[in-house]
Amino acid sequence: MDFDDSPEEAAFRKEVRTFLEANTVSKAADRTYRKRAMDAEDVARGKAWQAKKADAGFAAITWPVEYGGRGGTMIQHLIYHQEEERFVVPQSLFNQSVGLALPTIMTHGTKAQVARFARPALRGEEIWCQLFSEPAAGSDLGGLRTRAGRDGDNWVINGQKIWTSNAYFADFGMLVARSDADVPKHAGLTFFYIDMRAPGIEIRRIRQISGASNFCEVFFTDVRIPDAQRLGAVGDGWKVAMTMLLNERLVVGQAEGPDFEDILALARHVQLDGAPAAQDVAVRERLADWYIQSEGLKYTKFRTMTALSRGQTPGPEASITKLVSASKLQDIASFGMDLLGMSGAVMDADVAPMNAWFQEALLYAPGKRIAGGTDEVLRNIIAERVLKLPADVRADRDLRFCDIPTSAKS
Amino acid sequence: MNFDFSDDATAIRAHARRFLRERVPAGAVRKHVETSAPFDASLWASFAEMGWLGVTVPEAFGGVGLGYETACVLAEEVGAVAAPVPFASTLYLAAEALLRYGDKAQRLRWLPDVCAGKSIGCFALAEGQGDPAPERLGARVVNGRLTGEKFPVADGAAADFAIVVALTDAAPALFVAELAHPSVTCRGLRTVDPAHPQAALQFTDTPVEALPGGSGWSAVEALLDRAAILFAFEQIGGAQAALDMAVAFAKGRYAFGRPIGSFQAIKHKLADIYVAIEIARSNAYFGAWALERDAAELPCAAATARSAAIHAYQLAAQENIQTHGGMGFTWESDCHVYYGRSKALALTIGGARHWKRALMSRLDARNQAVA
Repeated sequence: MDFDDSPEEAAFRKEVRTFLEANTVSKAADRTYRKRAMDAEDVARGKAWQAKKADAGFAAITWPVEYGGRGGTMIQHLIYHQEEERFVVPQSLFNQSVGLALPTIMTHGTKAQVARFARPALRGEEIWCQLFSEPAAGSDLGGLRTRAGRDGDNWVINGQKIWTSNAYFADFGMLVARSDADVPKHAGLTFFYIDMRAPGIEIRRIRQISGASNFCEVFFTDVRIPDAQRLGAVGDGWKVAMTMLLNERLVVGQAEGPDFEDILALARHVQLDGAPAAQDVAVRERLADWYIQSEGLKYTKFRTMTALSRGQTPGPEASITKLVSASKLQDIASFGMDLLGMSGAVMDADVAPMNAWFQEALLYAPGKRIAGGTDEVLRNIIAERVLKLPADVRADRDLRFCDIPTSAKS
Repeated sequence: MNFDFSDDATAIRAHARRFLRERVPAGAVRKHVETSAPFDASLWASFAEMGWLGVTVPEAFGGVGLGYETACVLAEEVGAVAAPVPFASTLYLAAEALLRYGDKAQRLRWLPDVCAGKSIGCFALAEGQGDPAPERLGARVVNGRLTGEKFPVADGAAADFAIVVALTDAAPALFVAELAHPSVTCRGLRTVDPAHPQAALQFTDTPVEALPGGSGWSAVEALLDRAAILFAFEQIGGAQAALDMAVAFAKGRYAFGRPIGSFQAIKHKLADIYVAIEIARSNAYFGAWALERDAAELPCAAATARSAAIHAYQLAAQENIQTHGGMGFTWESDCHVYYGRSKALALTIGGARHWKRALMSRLDARNQAVA
């Protein structure tokens, strides 16, 4: 039992560190707390950093060399991110391009499509988004209603997507739409890629609880796309989407925000009954619980890395990282505000300690428990795929999609 | 990165699992309790034959010296069947105290017999209510003679010798006492975990020997830290067994025309137990790493692993009963074996409150050292 890199892993880690030290600064030297919604400047900064990473061979570590990747392993991917976490880098805009969209095109697209899209995605010149969720299809993604109607060599798209991250600056989207409403729901879906500037697409930004706008609604009105932009067979859209979402769990990972060390720092700073809150017995009990969870997640990751290092594929067990960290984030944010007593709800940075980090986190934490698989979906995944409990009874099973009861026609 | 058990430890685990599941199948612990024997002597003899009782003991003292990683996997497998034997008392505490603090003569006196299964040890710290703390001690050694009452002492009735924590003029210290001496009386105590009896030991001018390295409360704490990691593995073994029981039942039990395991109320409960166990397991792995190396991280790792394991086992054991419904509340089901065991293991060597407090003090000290 050890935490040591193999000689190859150590050499790779050294290469990563050299690259990061030469191109950015460590977080210890420049710690900023507040998370903002992206503006044009952020996008430009993100693209410049992505190009640098691509030139150094770190932008798509697991892609095959022929497509511009490193042909590396998942363990190298994790080592890169372990190191990058400790440095100040622009918020990534390319997880969906590099981690989801292009791998799907490599699996289901033509050589020519890969040749066209891989390099610009890798270098951050083109950004991809994911057009899956709909107002009536969140956890029940298979219930999506956006229509894809066949018209000769084209498809005509009508409907609405929602919760699309970064759609307002994306160049292309991965779209799953209903091509047949007369078969059971999962059998009637087809997968496409789409130019986000095609006529008939309208993008509106969604204002979140915090006031930030990281997500969009995307409306489709008679948007025409050629059949050549279909990925996978007609009716195979669910299968294609599922292979893509398998990758998503590796991309989503841990919810960012104040963690044990941060709530401990706050508790040392805040006075409670004339002494630092960190000395209060009840506070310490809570702090201990979060330390135990954080450490548990850290060493769970090391166990996953060990499996990867041996060439094994990590299973749905990885779901626990997001499940635990999202609720922990919400609890820590809420408790941090409690420590401030009557001023806890104030967000002005001259009143709220640590640049109102805990207050900000309280407002974005609910989203972390929903995005990329809700807490409830993740528990179902653990129950069904890890514990092998029987699937839930589904009221819409074997019904034609057009006969399934909905909120509108129940 | 190789954050997993060695191939040797993994092979021993596979063997231990096969042996224990066959030797202590469902219902066996209940049957054992009805015999009123303090422990399963023939199972203990098998442990000795397989070298398990000397897993941490060097060959020079009669052991097999396989090390602590192997001890951890054995603890987990023993916990999985809630084996009615004094494994924790003898191995994690008594033998460990002799190994860490005893002199050569003391080790030679006791350890070969421990490894051979001829001598059982126990650990006498508690004196009634309270967490482990020097202020709680009343038992005292004067001129090599111990006087005081220690209770509860796990496996006190089965044991041949006790490692005793007692006061001296200078500081609390560790002693070894032979329990066959006429000055020792032993009274059995009823507990919620009848397969693992506890006792009250009364010492009156009982001759004892000091363990030369075991002077001061810090020596007691260091011993408890090491034991805490092994206890954590035993608890994780039990927690996983309770979860496995609940899952198997939820798959087979039908209500409202479907397996109850298809209801999300059951699924989500069991998923949460799985998560609690994995958090505990990952923390325990780090504990095993620290224990094998006697690393500087051991005190924090032990407190973390112990606290997480207490939570996981209690959650798994109580929700296993809940999943079984009325049947889980009867003596005829094994649910109570894990329920009682989870609570007894949660309290021996101090409970969650104690270990979380210890964890926070240690983190304070660590942060001060950094600053």
